[in-house]
Amino acid sequence: AAADELAFHEFEEATNLLAETPDAATTSQSDELTSREHVAVVVGSGIGYGAEVGEEEDDKTSLLQEEKPQPRFWTFDYYQSFFDVDTSQVLDRIKGSLLPHPGHNFVRHHLRNRPDLYGPFWICATLAFVLAVTGNLTLVLAQRRDPSIHYSPQFHKVTIAGITIYCYAWLVPLALWGFLRWRQGTRERMGLYTFLETVCVYGYSLFVFIPTVVLWLIPVQWIQWLFGALGLALSAAGLVFTLWPVVREDTRLVAAALLSTVVLLHALLALGCKLYFFQPLPLDHVVPAPQATPPSPNVLLPSSIQPMTTS
Amino acid sequence: AEAEDSPGEQEAAASKPLFAGLSDVSISQDIPIEGEITIPSRARAQEHDSSTLNESIRRTIMRDLKAVGRKFMHVLYPRKSNALLRDWDLWGPLILCVTLALMLQKSSIDGKNDGGGPEFAEVFVIIWFGAVTITLNSKLLGGNISFFQSLCVLGYCILPLNIAMLICRLLLLAGQGPINFMIRLFVVLLMFAWSVVASTAFLADSQPPNRKALAVYPVFLFYFVISWMILTFTP
Repeated sequence: AAADELAFHEFEEATNLLAETPDAATTSQSDELTSREHVAVVVGSGIGYGAEVGEEEDDKTSLLQEEKPQPRFWTFDYYQSFFDVDTSQVLDRIKGSLLPHPGHNFVRHHLRNRPDLYGPFWICATLAFVLAVTGNLTLVLAQRRDPSIHYSPQFHKVTIAGITIYCYAWLVPLALWGFLRWRQGTRERMGLYTFLETVCVYGYSLFVFIPTVVLWLIPVQWIQWLFGALGLALSAAGLVFTLWPVVREDTRLVAAALLSTVVLLHALLALGCKLYFFQPLPLDHVVPAPQATPPSPNVLLPSSIQPMTTS
Repeated sequence: AEAEDSPGEQEAAASKPLFAGLSDVSISQDIPIEGEITIPSRARAQEHDSSTLNESIRRTIMRDLKAVGRKFMHVLYPRKSNALLRDWDLWGPLILCVTLALMLQKSSIDGKNDGGGPEFAEVFVIIWFGAVTITLNSKLLGGNISFFQSLCVLGYCILPLNIAMLICRLLLLAGQGPINFMIRLFVVLLMFAWSVVASTAFLADSQPPNRKALAVYPVFLFYFVISWMILTFTP
């Protein structure tokens, strides 16, 4: 436990230094590292007086363990470092993603150089299953009102939801990170989030949609749209506030284009989920006649109807 | 070092003249040390008895079946014991998984138009892939439990849900209706809670206390999805 605390303080310190003076951070950190190594050697020789050499080596390695370079990517330890979070940390990050406000950078205030993959992975899994299950529950509720609707479990929707959510939560951050890297090449002063941090930001930003999707069970259209807009606004605001310090250094045009693309993609995801999983009525089960379908604007989207009719 | 040792030995030799000659003997030179490492005779006899080479096949199978049955009892009456963890096997999970997937299968073959309940393969993939994912997750979080132990526990704890599936199928023979659905919902919720409680009783101790919730949440999600499949099943 003591070693953990030590490591945590060090990270925190490094973060603060990085925030204050980005250029000086590397040198000061390396100074600290060398001084600590010096201390460790002195302590080791003090304890190991008259003892065997191997024991002294052990002491040294255990003392210096936290300064080891990151393990290689084919080892299990490498992936363990992405899941190095506690329950309180995950809850804090979720809270941070739920309550965005301007000037509050999710990466600097909540991740603190320790992005995790636990949150993004399980938030995506939960969202996928909750989407499929609640989308199916709306069918149950619709059947209670109108017994002519044939109910079916629609298990394939779980697969579709999973693929969509995971692709979105991994490919969009990849594209964003690649784009920012490219822009960093052209403009020197831009900071950059690592790929993992980008994934983490996106993963946690999706959390808002879980309660939103559950609230979509209320079978009133305007309430559904209201909650959808609210969730989308919260989620997109968190993304924009986090990305803003990075893109601020870029030209005004690129920054605006990038942020609007991010928001647009997010809105597309929310809209797609709403239209595909929460159709007002399942079209092919109600009545075969096409003119009897409800005249809502949702049915204008052909891509959202096609899988239903083929199933 | 020898100079330090010898006065002490001489003192001992003086106080106990019986072993006076021993002080001259040094074992470390070049006398080979030989002997037999003996196992206590009782353990040896037991080992001889339970040697799997000599017993009949029927006894071997019965013993394995009994072990599986005992673990079933552990799941149905979860208490603090690590019998499920100590000698894990994957026979029970395989049996339970196949049974559940078979029971979730529709009776009619004309299945193109029946609206997509989970197929046999989908149930199979969800159970095994889910269990593997949860296990990897708990290993990555730093749990001190082996891979197959965790798979074994997660697989055995599907048993209450299997029972729920059986009850649901029996209830569905009586026809569908709102009351029937309510009873099924109650049964499935009860068995879902049972599964989660049983599996966490075995798994939660393997995690550091500040990460228990992180390891238990995926288990909850896993059994929730299986319960959902059971509840929405219609023949």
